[in-house]
Amino acid sequence: MLRYIVTRTGSLCLSLLVASVVIFALIEVVPGDPVAFMLGLNAQPDTVAALREELGLNASVLERYFSWVFGLLQGDLGTSYTYRSPVSEIVAERLVISLPLAAYALALTILIAFPAGILPAAYRGRAADVAVMGGTQLGVAIPNFWFAMIMVMIFAINLRWFSAGGFPGWEAGFFPAMKALTLPAIALALPQASILARVMRSALLDTLGSDYIRTARAKGLTKGQALRRHALRNALIPVLTILGLQFSFLLAGAIIIENVFFLPGLGRLIFQAISQRDLIVVESVVMLLVFAVIFVNFIVDLAYAWVDPRLRVQT
Amino acid sequence: MSVLQIENLSLAIHGARILRHISLSIGPGEIHGLIGESGSGKSMTALAVMQLLPEGAEASGAVSLAGQSVVTLRDADMCTLRGATVGMVFQEPMTALNPLLNIGQQVAEVIALHDNLSRSKAFVRAAEVLERCELPRDQFPLTRYPHELSGGQRQRVVIAMAIAMKPKLLIADEPTTALDVTTQAEILKLIKRLADEDEMAVLLITHDLAVVTGLADDISIMRNGEIVEQGKGAMLHRTMTHPYTKALFSASGHQPERAQAGQDRALLSVENVTCSYALPRKTLLQVPERFIAVNDVSFELHQGESLGLVGESGCGKSTLTRAILGLEPLQSGTVRLDGAEMTGTADDLALRRKMQVVFQDPYSSFNPRHKVDRLIAEPFHLLGRTARMDEIDEALVSVGLSPTDKEKYIHEFSGGQRQRIAIARALIIRPELIILDEAVTALDVSIRAQILDLLADLSEQFSLSYLFISHDLSVVRRVTDRVLVMRAGRIVETGETEQVFTNPQNPYTRKLIAAVPQLSDA
Repeated sequence: MLRYIVTRTGSLCLSLLVASVVIFALIEVVPGDPVAFMLGLNAQPDTVAALREELGLNASVLERYFSWVFGLLQGDLGTSYTYRSPVSEIVAERLVISLPLAAYALALTILIAFPAGILPAAYRGRAADVAVMGGTQLGVAIPNFWFAMIMVMIFAINLRWFSAGGFPGWEAGFFPAMKALTLPAIALALPQASILARVMRSALLDTLGSDYIRTARAKGLTKGQALRRHALRNALIPVLTILGLQFSFLLAGAIIIENVFFLPGLGRLIFQAISQRDLIVVESVVMLLVFAVIFVNFIVDLAYAWVDPRLRVQT
Repeated sequence: MSVLQIENLSLAIHGARILRHISLSIGPGEIHGLIGESGSGKSMTALAVMQLLPEGAEASGAVSLAGQSVVTLRDADMCTLRGATVGMVFQEPMTALNPLLNIGQQVAEVIALHDNLSRSKAFVRAAEVLERCELPRDQFPLTRYPHELSGGQRQRVVIAMAIAMKPKLLIADEPTTALDVTTQAEILKLIKRLADEDEMAVLLITHDLAVVTGLADDISIMRNGEIVEQGKGAMLHRTMTHPYTKALFSASGHQPERAQAGQDRALLSVENVTCSYALPRKTLLQVPERFIAVNDVSFELHQGESLGLVGESGCGKSTLTRAILGLEPLQSGTVRLDGAEMTGTADDLALRRKMQVVFQDPYSSFNPRHKVDRLIAEPFHLLGRTARMDEIDEALVSVGLSPTDKEKYIHEFSGGQRQRIAIARALIIRPELIILDEAVTALDVSIRAQILDLLADLSEQFSLSYLFISHDLSVVRRVTDRVLVMRAGRIVETGETEQVFTNPQNPYTRKLIAAVPQLSDA
């Protein structure tokens, strides 16, 4: 098991190294000089030169790459060209919204998907199965921004249970902040939960048809016991795979939902940074997201080994 | 009083009649053999006793288990009987265990469930039960997972789960069909011992007459959902009256009429062939170790000859077959066909048309979306032309099918017919050598007898040579001229088939032959 963790950690570091090179190279070839963008069309050549010197853009490619990577390792993400403040501060401000939002949405996804996947598998072909399968079909089909707007109309405008958008900040207290994140989290979670419930159902149906479930029944377990003790954990492997992919999506893919609810999250930050050629912000946020995705996959890999003894490499 | 009493049991699934008026009874300590070919309803009889029938099943008649009628029992009550009063062992030990739980957890579960014991006490009992099933704790600690055990060891774990509560009845549904002969003999001995020790009744379901005749007190022969004959185990071959029973006995020992062995010209010669696999590396930088699957093997197959290759699973038979077919790279050695060396490149095309193969599973070795004419014309790419209609018709006729069958899909055929189609596919480009890789293993005895006859006829008609690979020694004995015995990648014995079987020289060959269940002589 230890060896498995070590090799997984090694592959995590290697992936991060490759990702940093690719991201840096991509940003290098992107057209548009950030300095020209910042100073406007009529900038004096010597002003441009001075600013380039100040931002460190005149150093060689290798020098800039290494100073960026070493900065990252120390938590120093550089200074934003447009905001003129440390990128780490800007990102941290956004992360306190995006990360809880993603976690909230993920928790809702699991809370909805597990029962919604287990129920139809246990009662295959019955009313519960048909209802859940129909519901998840809708959940997958409806675009989440449209669903978000409908929720705003119902719960914020008509019923006035929630505010229509914005974020009061964590200073306002835990519950008001969570309340502000509730509608966006539901909007994000619903399609993901629909997908996950379907994966859960088919994975469970697969395992319920397997020989060891028949063995479990022959041992005297009831249908429910066989499902809980033997089928569920075996069905978890495909579910974990999807869950890992979904977390990365929830973290980075919330741009539209953040816009609908006026949430100053990571998605909006990267969108603005790209349009303003604030490449140092783009670079750092993309790196951060890549790190999040790779790290989540690392956690999923460890979870696989926890679930499935066949993956624990013998030492 | 009998432990299991089945009276007039009939069963229909979604209206289709599966069982008709089954009656049998088993007393304490008795072993009852239930024999039939696939689809005869023997497994459904077992599932009816367990009340684990598929959805849509409707049973009538009476099944009483230790005096309790089970047909009308609620599932909750049935759950207290399953595992406690009746235990069941299934055919496939590879999939019958939950891969995510260790063997201790799986055996302890049944004990904890029925005896309401604490975890630790259940584990102590589980260790004792596994010990009874010859899995001593020092070699097989409770923390072993199923994937760390061999097929035979897994079957012992399944048996341990079934007998943990000392049930009055053990149902064993083809418990040894998936196992090698030596493992089969050990498992059967274990079941016999447990039945004697616990006074446990056993319903032993199998398609193999030889497995039960030496073991069972009573035997029932099933066909198309009915019991056609019942009798005393050791006496059945003398007392049998039903034509189906007689046909089954004669098919089991069927000896196809074969022409005399061919000439001395070597058709296939395998010289010092070695194949190995890289094992997963233990550390990142270490050179991975290699597992030698085929170790310096040499033999010749003469024209017109039928050569057997026997050995237990994992002995390297399959790797050797793949090496001969050019599907596996050789680490060293050469394979010659008709004197020309196989190079493993595209130049082999002309050579490869002289050799075709028939695999074990007649279903999964066909593409289900193609019609039969396209399926059996596949080898024509070796000739660089397409098949003519008359060639397809001729191939189908020669294996006993009709030319009109070429318009059908593979799912429209029975297992035996599918294997005929596989042979037609091998035959169609007139090869000189056909490799039969467990080609009759999955077939019922009567179908197997027909296919063996067909192979004998075709050999004469087209002067074919066969390399007959099987773990079923009794079949190999009846259809081959010479035999090779393989163990751990090496050929340990080779000789005339009759000579090897009557006077085996190698101790491993002796052990293998001794393990083969014998039909008592009629």
